[in-house]
Amino acid sequence: MSVLTQTLLTGTGYWNSLAWILGIAVALVIAYLIWARGEAGWKAGTSQTEPFISGNPEPQKRQVHIPSGNLYWGYLEAMKGYYERIVPLHTGDLNDYMTWYLSVMITILVLVVVFA
Amino acid sequence: MILEFVWTHAPALLVAIPLLGAFLCPVIGKISRTTRTAWVAGIMLVSAIVAFILASRVLTEGTVLYSFGAFDPTLTIPMDSGGIPIRIIFTVDAMSAFMDIICATVGFSAIAYSLSAESRNSGLEGYYTLFLLMVCGVFGMVSTGDFFNFFVFLEILSMASAGIIAYRVDGGVAVEAAIKYFVLSSVGAIFVLFAIGIYYGQYDALNMAVIASRIQWSTLDMIALVMLVAALAMKCGAVPMHFWTPDAYSMAPSSATAFLVVASQASLYGLFRVLFTFYNVTLNAATMGWIIIILGVLSMVVGVTMAIPQKDVKRLMAYHAVSQTGYMLLGVGVGLAVLGNQPLMESFGYMAMSGGVFHILNHALYKGLLFLTAGAIFYRIGTRNLNKMGGLGHNMKWTMIFFIIGALAIAGIPPLNGFASKLMIYESVFIFNPVLAIIAMVVSILTLASFVKVFHSIFMGPQLPEYAGVKEAPPSMLLGMGILASLAVIFGLFPDLVVTTLVNPAVHALTDQGAYIASVLGGA
Repeated sequence: MSVLTQTLLTGTGYWNSLAWILGIAVALVIAYLIWARGEAGWKAGTSQTEPFISGNPEPQKRQVHIPSGNLYWGYLEAMKGYYERIVPLHTGDLNDYMTWYLSVMITILVLVVVFA
Repeated sequence: MILEFVWTHAPALLVAIPLLGAFLCPVIGKISRTTRTAWVAGIMLVSAIVAFILASRVLTEGTVLYSFGAFDPTLTIPMDSGGIPIRIIFTVDAMSAFMDIICATVGFSAIAYSLSAESRNSGLEGYYTLFLLMVCGVFGMVSTGDFFNFFVFLEILSMASAGIIAYRVDGGVAVEAAIKYFVLSSVGAIFVLFAIGIYYGQYDALNMAVIASRIQWSTLDMIALVMLVAALAMKCGAVPMHFWTPDAYSMAPSSATAFLVVASQASLYGLFRVLFTFYNVTLNAATMGWIIIILGVLSMVVGVTMAIPQKDVKRLMAYHAVSQTGYMLLGVGVGLAVLGNQPLMESFGYMAMSGGVFHILNHALYKGLLFLTAGAIFYRIGTRNLNKMGGLGHNMKWTMIFFIIGALAIAGIPPLNGFASKLMIYESVFIFNPVLAIIAMVVSILTLASFVKVFHSIFMGPQLPEYAGVKEAPPSMLLGMGILASLAVIFGLFPDLVVTTLVNPAVHALTDQGAYIASVLGGA
């Protein structure tokens, strides 16, 4: 497979996956070299690897995991105004689904006629 | 001999094989479970092979025509018909072949996956019958050149889809989702039929090439177009007509959900076929282009923002499916908005359309894959609630790898397939209107954020005690996921090969109305 086959021309630029992979490989090599110069005294399976929680005992595994509902709390709070409007539109009521469908059809009809 | 027969009759076999397979499935199922499994897998494999043979023929020879009931299947206009193609004709051009390939690939992967995924359920004769009918419906919709026939296959697809959504009754919730889908689909189908009636009343024809050759942009043509656009946009899940999508996608068995994505794309194909092959430059391209763009932007933004707070993994993925459909509408909408202006088409219109059409293929692969991974999780732990998941990466390593591939692809991370098509959309849409491109990029960032949450919730963290004994998904489920994941990687590594071989011919087949008409009515 030639390099040319992997080059996707996008009209204003190009994309070559092989070049990208080579770039990533170089970055990984550099990262490895930096890592290799780091602390050499780390040993697996020793107290070094145990979590230190200010001297408190480690909680149960189930309590450590952060469930999905806790993620992006800040984002959802920041976007509260948006979600307070958009979520109630999803009523689950088939009558509403139908109303939206017919409304969109009428809107498109008006736009097509007005701009005809 | 057999190959020659298949080569000649591939368009007919494309719908005949899954149709026959579907109706014989309950009978074959009486013999034994193994026989039924072999039958279903064999039917889907043969259908896929026929689809690839047909696509190969289209890409080498050009548009393939097939007149049902004619001595010579290529004879579209009988001597005594007054120059009108009176038979049902399948007109398989590069766009149809492109959709056939998608249907064959995802259909085969989903069937392979379902052999294990559904093995614990009863009523599998019904399940596979409905699944093969869906396959038949999609093949028919994207291959037919007769608009009433398109409606028939649309109905086959809708009814089979509704049945399969309700398959896992789930305390009536799945049935409710199916009823919503069915009612909306039926109302949409009535409008499609009404539009067909308008065309037939005006032009005395049901053949798509004949309608395209005679269309005038009269008031009735406008009304027919609006009814078709609204119905098909609703069927493909465009906002604000997307409400059925999370209900249906989340309640259907995952293998069926993966194929429901293709079913939605068949409606998207119908929408593009109507806009470009029927009307093309006769309509007010800028107005209709902007309508499609607005539907696309709304789908992208509302889809992704509604996905983020979801706690049901399949419901979350369903909203992402809505969001990704927005990219396709945006890309093709931009192409439509500048249709007729050749310099702008050459500058960015064709590229935007190629990006949108390429995204159809990519989306079918990675979204199908993501739904299959969600199904594998559900198969092993019995819940779709993200709050109850965690640490499954310890037990389901292959599923996790496939999920990572799907998640990175949908977020448009290089070098996966989603990146290639999104890049084409970003760059071309930026020239048309930079704000639209920026919105598309922000939506990709939000998509990545959403899938980081899903990945963390399902796979990361310590192994939870209740899931300590969870095993990896069975081999056939891994095979189904593996096929789609491999293609997502390969198409990402060699995007130009796919664009040159499949996507660009499909886009040119779509935009070249004259060639479509000439292929059926002569004069090419």
